Amino acid sequence: MYAQMIKTAHKGVHKREDMSPEERAFQDKIDADIKIEPRDWMPDDYRATLIRQIGQHAHSEVVGQLPEGNWITRAPTLERKAILLAKVQDEAGHGLYLYSAAETLGETRDELVRLLHEGRMKYSSIFNYPTLNWADIGAVGWLVDGAAIVNQVALQRTSYGPYSRAMIRICKEESFHARQGYHAIMKMAFGTPEQKKQAQDAVNRLWFPAIMMFGPSDADSTHSEQSMAWKIKVKSNDELRQQFVDQTVPQIEYLGLDLPDPGIKWNEERGHYDFSDPDWSEFFDVIKGNGPCNVDRLQNRVAAWEDGAWVRDGLLAHAEKKAARKVAAE
Amino acid sequence: MTVDKNLLLQFLLRQGDNTLILGHRVSEWCGHSPVLEEDIALANTALDLIGQTQMWLGYAAEVQGEGKTADDLAFLRDAWDFRNVLLTELPNGDFGQTLMRQFLFDAFQSVLMGRLMGSTDETVAAIAAKASKEVAYHVERSADTVVGLGDGTEESHNRMQAALEYLWPYVGEMFESDETDAAMAAAGIAPDPSTLRAEYDALVTRVLAEATLTLPESRYAHKGGRTGRMHTEHLGHLLATMQWLQRAYPGCEW
Amino acid sequence: MKNEWPLWEVFIRGQHGMSHRHVGSLHAPDADMAIKNARDVYTRRNEGVSIWVVEARHIAATAPGDKGPLFEPSESKVYRHPTFFDIPDEVGHM
Repeated sequence: MYAQMIKTAHKGVHKREDMSPEERAFQDKIDADIKIEPRDWMPDDYRATLIRQIGQHAHSEVVGQLPEGNWITRAPTLERKAILLAKVQDEAGHGLYLYSAAETLGETRDELVRLLHEGRMKYSSIFNYPTLNWADIGAVGWLVDGAAIVNQVALQRTSYGPYSRAMIRICKEESFHARQGYHAIMKMAFGTPEQKKQAQDAVNRLWFPAIMMFGPSDADSTHSEQSMAWKIKVKSNDELRQQFVDQTVPQIEYLGLDLPDPGIKWNEERGHYDFSDPDWSEFFDVIKGNGPCNVDRLQNRVAAWEDGAWVRDGLLAHAEKKAARKVAAE
Repeated sequence: MTVDKNLLLQFLLRQGDNTLILGHRVSEWCGHSPVLEEDIALANTALDLIGQTQMWLGYAAEVQGEGKTADDLAFLRDAWDFRNVLLTELPNGDFGQTLMRQFLFDAFQSVLMGRLMGSTDETVAAIAAKASKEVAYHVERSADTVVGLGDGTEESHNRMQAALEYLWPYVGEMFESDETDAAMAAAGIAPDPSTLRAEYDALVTRVLAEATLTLPESRYAHKGGRTGRMHTEHLGHLLATMQWLQRAYPGCEW
Repeated sequence: MKNEWPLWEVFIRGQHGMSHRHVGSLHAPDADMAIKNARDVYTRRNEGVSIWVVEARHIAATAPGDKGPLFEPSESKVYRHPTFFDIPDEVGHM
C-alpha cells in the first residue's frame, strides 16, 4: 500500500505475560478500540513503527505528485487541467496531514524528509512507474487511488488517534479522485480507436503494479502480526488485494477493455475473482531502487528541497526580523 | 453604445490569454515547490487563473460567434494569435522569480479588476466581480512573499533583486494602449490601461520598499504580446506542451 | 538543519459552526503566513469562514494521566443534565 513492508523492531507478537503493566494497559485500550493519543504512554516499538508507517505514507503522497504532475501541463482541456491540478494538490495536502500526524510522535517533518532524501525511508513502489500517455492519468486516479482508498478506508479505524483522524480527512477528500480517474478513462475507452488503445495500454501497464501496492502475500509478510495486534494495520495484504480486484474487474469490463490478466476469472465457490500473482521479483527490485523511475523521482524531490532552501530560510529570517522589530518598538 | 465585435474579442483574448498563460506557468510548480504549504498555495493560484480563463475565453468564443469553445481558443490557436502580455509567458526561473512575476501581475490585475467591475458590459462586470476576490488574495499573498524574501537573508534579497531587474522591463507593456483600448474606454467596457499606472506604481513602490528592493530606473518596456506583433521564444514551447494532445489527436472528446 | 518553520495548530469555524474546531497543523514562518497557509491548505473545499492559528508550543494541554481526576468527577453530577429531571407531560415543553 502507500506504506509497504513496514518492519516492526521485533519478530512475532508481544505476549501478554511478557508485558509490563503499562504495556498491558496500553494493549487493553487498543483491544477496546480506545484511540491512543500523542501524550499517552506507548511502547517504543509502537512509536517507531508508526513513525515509519506514517512517514512512508506521507512520502508516498508527496512523491506521488510527480507521476500525475507529469501531465498537468499537457492536460487536453482547461477542465481536465483544473481537475488534475486540484487532485495533485490534494496529494500535497495529504502528505502535509500525514507529516503532521508523524510530528505528534516527536519526529519533525524536516527529519523525515531528510531520511527520504538519504534513501533511508521509502515510499510506495507504485510511484516508481512512469505515466506515458494521457489515459495513464485516468488509470492512476482510478486504479492507484482506488487501491489506496481500499486500504485507507480500513485505516480510518487505526489505533493511533492523529493517524486515524488524518485518514478520515483524506478519505473524505479522496472520494473524488478515483471517480475523476474513471471518468477520464471512460472518455478514452469510449472515444476514438486511438484513445481506446491508450486506455488499454494504461490498464495493461498499471494493473500489476497496482495490485502489488498491497505488498507481498500474507504468507510471506513477516511483519504484519504485531502491527495487526496494535491495530496500525487493520486488514491483511491479501484481504485488501482481493477486495480491490473484486471491485475493479467489473469496472474494467464496463469500459469494454480486455482484462489485463488472463488469470482473472470469477470463482463461484469462493465468491471472489481469481487472479494471477504479480511478479514479486519485480516488486522487490522496485523496492530496492531499481524501478523505472526510482532515480528520477528521488532526484526531483531532492532538487525541489535543495533549490527551495533559500526560500525557506529567507522567509524565516524575515519573520524573525519582523518579530524583533516589533519587540523593539514595544 | 455598441462596440466593434472584433475589438471586443481582442480585449477578451487579452484577458483570457493572460490568465491562461500565467496559470499554465504557475501550474508547472506543482510537486516542485520549496515547501508543501507553498506548493498547495501556488496550485490554488493556478486553479483560480484557469477558472478565470474559462470565463474570459468562454465569453470571447461567444462574442466571436463561430461556435467555438474556450478550449478551442486555448488549444487550437498558434503563437501569433495569442494576446497575453510577455510578462506572463516568461519562464518560471527560481521560486523568487515566479513570485515576483506573480506580484507584478497581481498588482496590475487588482487595479484592473476593480475598474472592470463597473464595466458597461454585464458579462465583463460579472467575470471581474468573481475574479476580483481571487485577485485580492493573490496580490496579498504574493506581496507578502516578495516582502519576506526581499527582506530575508542576503541570498534571498539578492535573488529577488535579480528577479525584479529581469522582470521590470516587461511591466510597461501592461499599460500600453491602442485602438482596442480606446474603443473599450469609449464604450465604458474597460479603462484605458495607461490610466491605471499611477495606482499601480503606488502599490508596487510601497511593497518593493518594504521588501528593501530597488526599483530599476529604466522604464524601457518590451512589448508585442498583447498586440500579437511579437512574442518571446518561450511561448512556442509552452504551447507545444499545452496543445500537444489536442493537436496530435484532433476532434477527440476528453 | 535547525531552521524548520515553526509548527502551528489550525482552528476553523465553518459556515454554520458555533465554534472553532481543530482541523490540523502546518508549518509557517510567522502568524500572518500561518493564516494564509491555513486558508490555502484547510479551506480548499469551502470549509470555513474564520481561521485561528496558534503556535503549537504555546498550547498547554492536560496530561493523559490526569484524565481520571479531571473528568470523572463530572460524570457523577448527572443533575447538571436536563434529562435528569422528570417533568410531567401536562406541564408542556420545558
